[in-house]
Amino acid sequence: MRNMTRRAALAVGAGAVTLTVVGWNQGAHAAAKEAADDVAKFTGGKAATQGKITIELPEIAENGNTVPLTVSVDAPMTAENYVSDVLVVSEGNPNPGVVTFHFTPLSGKAEAQTRIRLAATQNIVVVAKTSKGEFYAAQKQVKVTIGGCGG
Amino acid sequence: MAEKPRLKLPKEAKKGEIIEIKTLMPHVMESGQRKDKDGKTIPRRIINKFTAEFNGKPVFSATIEPAVAANPYLQFTAKVEESGTFKFSWTDDDGSIITAEEKITVA
Repeated sequence: MRNMTRRAALAVGAGAVTLTVVGWNQGAHAAAKEAADDVAKFTGGKAATQGKITIELPEIAENGNTVPLTVSVDAPMTAENYVSDVLVVSEGNPNPGVVTFHFTPLSGKAEAQTRIRLAATQNIVVVAKTSKGEFYAAQKQVKVTIGGCGG
Repeated sequence: MAEKPRLKLPKEAKKGEIIEIKTLMPHVMESGQRKDKDGKTIPRRIINKFTAEFNGKPVFSATIEPAVAANPYLQFTAKVEESGTFKFSWTDDDGSIITAEEKITVA
């Protein structure tokens, strides 16, 4: 299991790896690992390909209590080939889970927007699952001036 | 508690059009991370699930964690091929479910 998560963390890509290498502090390190665990659970240990996902987040969030997040995945959204689930995890919050969007062909587009809480400057990791069982991943860093989550 | 969700979507659309739907549910979304002035943890209470269906068929749903901000806002799209009714539901940690409906005419 441990091995798998490490591999998954690598699969999730450069962002997560950079964070681990830079090291920041123990807290961020543990949170990044938990986020990688969540991703591994979501993909069942399968490798995710980088790309197809656009993450819109402010570069600097002044107030971590409410940060707009838009995720869109480039997909045909037909009955035969659509994005079914999109997992969003945080590498710097007390808990990695943020939100999971579930789409159907009736969604028309694999795109959703919400507002999230961010405890600190961190990476947001997004993993999309298609109806064909493929996984795509992307990540984006967001700098947080004042943390949310009631810290 | 008895707060009403806010919805924004077109009343009319063309067949096959992809419409945008905006929803906002007034709710504290208590994360379970905060402490009160006596140092006791305030218990978690959030909206943990949202669903949207059209004429009984699922369109979009979301599994929500405490990292979603207070008054959870969700914006998504739907492809409409016929007139009908959207049904939305928000599930609270306390087990209660708040629902709302909106009709659309598709020509």
